[in-house]
Amino acid sequence: MSHYEAPIRQPLILGDKSYHDISNDIAAPVEGKANKWWWAVFSLALIAFLWGIGAITYTIGTGIGVWGLNNKINWAWDITNFVWWVGIGHAGTLISAVLLLFRQKWRMGINRSAEAMTIFAVFQAGLFPLIHMGRIWNGYWTMPIPNQFGNLWTNFNSPLLWDVFAISTYLSVSVVFWWTGLLPDFAMIRDRATKPFQKKIYSLLSFGWSGKAKDWQRFEEVSLVLAGLATPLVLSVHTIVSFDFATSVIPGWHSTVYPPYFVAGAVFSGFAMVQTLLIVMRKVSNLEAYITKVHIENMNKVILVTGGIVMAAYLSEFFVGWYSGSSYEDFTYLSIGAATGPYWWAFWALILCNGVFPQLLWFKKLRTNFTVSFIMSIIINIGMWFERFDIIVINLSRGHLPSTWTQFEPTFVDIGIFVGTIGFFFVLFLLYARTFPVVAQAEVKSILKSSGEGYKKARDNK
Amino acid sequence: MSNKVIHALYDDDDVLLKAVKDVREANHHIEEVFTPFPVHGLEKAMGIKDTRIAITAFLYGLTGLAFSVWMMNYMMIEDWPQNIGGKPSFSYAENMPAFVPVMFELTVFFAAHLMVITFYMRSKIGPFVEASNPDPRTTDDKFLMEVTLNGDENELTDLLKQSGAIETKIVEKH
Repeated sequence: MSHYEAPIRQPLILGDKSYHDISNDIAAPVEGKANKWWWAVFSLALIAFLWGIGAITYTIGTGIGVWGLNNKINWAWDITNFVWWVGIGHAGTLISAVLLLFRQKWRMGINRSAEAMTIFAVFQAGLFPLIHMGRIWNGYWTMPIPNQFGNLWTNFNSPLLWDVFAISTYLSVSVVFWWTGLLPDFAMIRDRATKPFQKKIYSLLSFGWSGKAKDWQRFEEVSLVLAGLATPLVLSVHTIVSFDFATSVIPGWHSTVYPPYFVAGAVFSGFAMVQTLLIVMRKVSNLEAYITKVHIENMNKVILVTGGIVMAAYLSEFFVGWYSGSSYEDFTYLSIGAATGPYWWAFWALILCNGVFPQLLWFKKLRTNFTVSFIMSIIINIGMWFERFDIIVINLSRGHLPSTWTQFEPTFVDIGIFVGTIGFFFVLFLLYARTFPVVAQAEVKSILKSSGEGYKKARDNK
Repeated sequence: MSNKVIHALYDDDDVLLKAVKDVREANHHIEEVFTPFPVHGLEKAMGIKDTRIAITAFLYGLTGLAFSVWMMNYMMIEDWPQNIGGKPSFSYAENMPAFVPVMFELTVFFAAHLMVITFYMRSKIGPFVEASNPDPRTTDDKFLMEVTLNGDENELTDLLKQSGAIETKIVEKH
């Protein structure tokens, strides 16, 4: 039949699995009980989340004066965190949409969790602009709706408003893409559920999916078109986020390289976060057969490429700033001034975490090693946070008027909100890991005969 | 005419595909096939026409684009023109570059959401809809073919068994 795949391609599903084995493996975390580790991590995340809620409540009740912002540095951790979280979200869409268009079968083992990560990360991102408004109850003013000011509309020339449209389109389309893909998998859990309450819940979630031939035909077409729409969408989102900076006149922000550089950085950090989550998840949820060395290595290759693009952008920013000869450029986040000034530690954190350490992934031995990949992914997450911190805080800390030069000091509220969003993110992800089918099992079954280890071996030995 | 159908259960996608071809060749009408995952080539073997859902997505995208142009023209040019940063709002065409991001986003927004809603409505799926697969194993690892029963049921049962069905069942359909 047409299941042939070249023997040189490594199997994507390890072991001699049958269709039924796949159902069992994917349903196991949902049907089983959480172990001690899950409860421990969940409690920790919940405490962090509650601390974050406290910090957010305090901010809203008192005003954003409780943050460390000052006259000169009027954006700091909040927008850093916003851009960081949005960037992390990009990997999920890249895996599910771009890799679908490129017919990369290895995406099927990881796309569900990567998309979940996208959605949860964009939730966190969306929080920051809202609370930064100070008066969060006026958040609806960003919507172009008739209002009490005699139809004074929103300003469609502003990148901040483009952001509103980009992020809300991105979030809602990602949710719909994710949910549509989940329907057959919810249906699988529904049909094997034995507890009545569980059956009821999964019946509701699966939208009555039955797997008719015509439905599958539409399902595949819808997935393909959504992938086609989500691909330019994901590129547009971080492009527009970069416009928040690039269309301003602040030295260091006003840069034409920002859109591609931001998109590459987003994919870079997003893949790092996918690695962080999946390397743990494959162990905890017993998914070693579906999330394999091949998946980890492929993701490391994407990290290497996007990291290279980011590094090239750093170098060009550094060079062009220096070459301009303008004294103001000597204080931008990529300059000798930054490397030797009061923010030297932030500058070097960026260069080491994003530029130097990821180069180790050129070695096959290292990029196929789970422990190394995990540590690397944490380093990159930290590095990419520093990238946004450097862009925002270092550039704002020095201005045209030396008397305004200052530094930023976060208060416990700044730290609390950031830690709180990390907690919120993990609360959502851990709940997801216990209740959702974490691998797109229907899709995995469709490649079992071509890429499953058992089938490949039987075919090659003939 | 009776409303009887035969449910034939298969445990392999390749066997199913061959069976679908055999059953159609023997001039029987296949009512429906339920599968746990998309079996490629199945819709062609069953004689199902191509879906037109991508065309609707294109039309919805055009609608979104037209809507965004109309909205921003009304808000920024007609209803309340403002001089922002020394760039007056005389005409839509002159200010268009600043409007491109929102034009793009709304195109995608309309195309994606309306297409998915169309999919759900056409396939009759959505919240609170009851599933209609006759056997719960068809979302796990079994494939079920529903064939209309005309005439001799033994003959059809034999044909299905021969094509590789592991179980057959005659059901009254309402």
